[in-house]
Amino acid sequence: MTAPPSTTLTDHVTGTVNGIGESTVRPDGIPKLQGSFAYASDLETEGMLWAATVRSPHPHARIVDIDPGPALAIGGVHAVLTAEDVPGRLLFGLEHPDQPVLASDVVRYWGEPVAIVAAEDPETARIAAAAVTVEYVVLDPLVDPEEADTRDEVFRRIRIRRGDQDVRGSVVVEGVYEVGMQDQAPLGTEAGLAIPDGEGGVDLYATTQYVHADHSQIVASLDLTAEMVRSHPTGIGGAFGAREDVNLHIHLCMLALYTRRPVKQVYQRSESFTGHVHRHPARLRYRHEADEDGRLVRVEADVLIDGGAYASTTSAVLGNACYFAVGPYKCDNVNVDGVGVRTNNPPCGAMRGFGAVQVCFAHEAQMDRLAAALDMDPLELRRRNALATGDALATTGQRIDTPLPTREVIDSLVAMPMPEDDDSEDPLRLPGGTGLTTERRDVRRGVGYAFGIKNLGFSEGSDDYAQARVLLSPQGAIVETAAIEVGQGLVTVVGQIARSALGIGNVEVRHIDTSRIGSAGSTSASRQTQLTGGAVLAAATALRDRVLTEFAGEYLDDDGVWRDGELVVPYAELASGGWEETTTFRHPPTEEPDENGQGTLHADFAVAGHRAIVDVDVGLGLVRVVRIDTAQDVGKALNPESVRGQIEGGILQGVGLAMMEELIVEGGVIRNPTFTDYLLPTVLDAPDVEALLIEQEGSWGPHGAKGVGEPPTISSTAAVAAAIREATGLALPRVPIRPEHVALEGGV
Amino acid sequence: MDFVVATDLEEALDALGRGALPLAGGTDLMVGVNAGQRPDNVVALRRVRELRQRNGQRIGAGVTWRVIEDEGPRALAQAARTVGSPQIRNAGTLGGNVGTASPAGDGLPFLAAVDAEIELTSREGVRTLRWDEFFTGVKETARRTDELITAVVLPAALPGRQEFAKIGVRNAMVIATVACVVTRADDGTTTVALGSVAPTPIRIPEAEELAKTLSDPGSAALDEFQHLVAAGVRPITDHRSTEEYRRHGAGVLARRLLTRCLREGAA
Repeated sequence: MTAPPSTTLTDHVTGTVNGIGESTVRPDGIPKLQGSFAYASDLETEGMLWAATVRSPHPHARIVDIDPGPALAIGGVHAVLTAEDVPGRLLFGLEHPDQPVLASDVVRYWGEPVAIVAAEDPETARIAAAAVTVEYVVLDPLVDPEEADTRDEVFRRIRIRRGDQDVRGSVVVEGVYEVGMQDQAPLGTEAGLAIPDGEGGVDLYATTQYVHADHSQIVASLDLTAEMVRSHPTGIGGAFGAREDVNLHIHLCMLALYTRRPVKQVYQRSESFTGHVHRHPARLRYRHEADEDGRLVRVEADVLIDGGAYASTTSAVLGNACYFAVGPYKCDNVNVDGVGVRTNNPPCGAMRGFGAVQVCFAHEAQMDRLAAALDMDPLELRRRNALATGDALATTGQRIDTPLPTREVIDSLVAMPMPEDDDSEDPLRLPGGTGLTTERRDVRRGVGYAFGIKNLGFSEGSDDYAQARVLLSPQGAIVETAAIEVGQGLVTVVGQIARSALGIGNVEVRHIDTSRIGSAGSTSASRQTQLTGGAVLAAATALRDRVLTEFAGEYLDDDGVWRDGELVVPYAELASGGWEETTTFRHPPTEEPDENGQGTLHADFAVAGHRAIVDVDVGLGLVRVVRIDTAQDVGKALNPESVRGQIEGGILQGVGLAMMEELIVEGGVIRNPTFTDYLLPTVLDAPDVEALLIEQEGSWGPHGAKGVGEPPTISSTAAVAAAIREATGLALPRVPIRPEHVALEGGV
Repeated sequence: MDFVVATDLEEALDALGRGALPLAGGTDLMVGVNAGQRPDNVVALRRVRELRQRNGQRIGAGVTWRVIEDEGPRALAQAARTVGSPQIRNAGTLGGNVGTASPAGDGLPFLAAVDAEIELTSREGVRTLRWDEFFTGVKETARRTDELITAVVLPAALPGRQEFAKIGVRNAMVIATVACVVTRADDGTTTVALGSVAPTPIRIPEAEELAKTLSDPGSAALDEFQHLVAAGVRPITDHRSTEEYRRHGAGVLARRLLTRCLREGAA
């Protein structure tokens, strides 16, 4: 493990413009607003062909025959490739290679790729894809997750046994909860361009969160050497977990190598909904037992998540769901039984919150039920059980040795001022919005709280690292990384870190391909600010120290090296000296769980809380989320504006899951793969947000920073549900909460 | 694909006579194209000025939602505001809404509530059909393929009070789960029309009869009114909502709108 870099900064360095702690403007912000930023879907090159994918219309079927003839007969069609044309390993997968690049004998989910086509233009490619004749024998799909569990069709089971099996509490609450299948719905659909290099190799520019993982899977399936494939970062319009897995990457490389032409593809919206993994739907059974004072004595949970047809990250998502099943609370006696099942439903994988979202909805509903059973203030119940630094995580027993300000999050959230009662009859401030359904007198207000916890970085023994390079060039200092900017702001924050460490204001961040730098790991798990940020801090600090030692300088800035108030080496001279530093940063090592699910499985944690204020039209079951207040443990806010951006966006994604975002899957088929029917919150559904950043330094992230991307999504859903329960008195054990769930039990 | 950009009614009717599909704002047709439909003959109507004119109670089929939102009769303007986003409202037209005849068409309950007529023009002449003669099923109408919807004709006198509301799963840009228009004339004549709860827009005569006798917005008979509306609709369960909720929502919405009309009348 690399030693955590020095966090001491000289007075001079902390004065660097656009350094850490400032709300530096994004370098890609104005180009994105003006439309001049090139996303993957904007890429083009001379002589380019367009690809389209032939997909299974059945969730489960045997392929009898694939006839490319009718497609090849169409003018302008250059290739129709099937599983037989995969040069190397047929299977790919982020954790376990179990998914065919193209289905060979059996299709296991609706929309699974069966063949790929390249043609002169996108319309011809789509027509050709429709013309490929595939003969299927339709098989019964396994779509009931409980049945899959019974039939032992599973990706992973987890069994956590902690503490004394005989200890029982005097106050007991039980509940069964359900979470629907949310989609990441990034605005940019999957897109890419593969360019053959003329020597048997290929360069790929495609939507992704993790170029090095793409690269190793592409190399295996193409049966090429690592050097022959270069996977390049490109412009990405959102990800949220949907872009960790391979989708069009291997297809485009195959078509480019086969046709010896550059090949581009852009998924249409409906194809995007089948072309990436989704958030796991979950069924959660809970039993909480407490003593008379409200101390948690025992928690039992059954966690069932549906992984769909292929493994993706189901094993790790299930891990998170189980390890955070109790939430940010202490409890010494915990049993969790988790299963991630295999079905013929759409494959599920990573999405913001990664398993912690589903269980948070359940454990927070349980805490409210327990408070009611105890006749205790639900916030007081949480305070009494709040998990703190030095405590053991209730599930795994891991001693928490980084700052965990659960109590501070609870107290500061409660202390935030409440909004005044709203007596406005403006329909835009009422449930139903422009639909004019509701007047103020139809409305009941509710307030709900929820708190969540999640790991930061990869866990369970992963060798989690990021490599970064800092060099001094005539154009200024350059940061090089293969970490992916998906819109979250990595490009801003690592520049700030480099500026502060070097003392140089002129810093540019360059995203470079897999052949030119080692892995930065995935842009996921809230990890890049800590991991790639940590690597950049270490590289920049080492580079500065080497330069200052070499020239006996006191400090460095844009003019060069200074000593005794004099410039001793001008920057131009430095810039021609070939100064560069490449560093690999690792977070503290973690372990795999033992047979009881115990161990030091996680490197760091973050906690957040949300208070939702909702107006509910009980008669029609319509809801307006008026405001969400939040307090979030951020370690150190390196760019406060970016942190708030993550918080507001993450909350809205949580509101979406609470109120409307669900892929409706019937018999394995997605019924609403469009933005007409997969509803995302509009600006009229977006609550006002007040955010309080809780800064407690001491984490191993750069300057004590923690990842901030996922915590806003974890407990915001649960808080909205709690607020609607408070307004209506209904149990509401499932999200999304639909109008019928409220109105048909709530009366007029 | 054969594509004609008509600049006047003559050209449009010629193209229709040759079997072209009429394209107004494209907010329905292009959704179909994205879903894989490939019409082989299309006539674009946006440059046909005759279709964009409004004369008294005659609204040209090419008048956009954006115009209706500002200038239409109250309940139709309220409906227009709920259509998509500003961009969609600047493209989508009343005639397109009528021609598509979706059960969820936002403009249709108003047309049913005021007994509007649909004007159809072809090479053979002009005919007008009452709304309930025109709408025959889910996305089915009495329009012949050579006929163009040229206007919607409203009655000379519109009821003094008219209210629209629409239930959706979010607060804007949403397909109706239930839409409702209630109108009330000075003599107490009441109409109740709903969308998204039957294959076509429908009226609920039993509820209208009862409403005629009511004048107090606090009347206990509103319970019976709500019940008659809920019993009178014929909704389905699909991925957007359930039959039970649509039935419930229809009753609640109609009751609220009638109450608004009665309150206004009392004020």
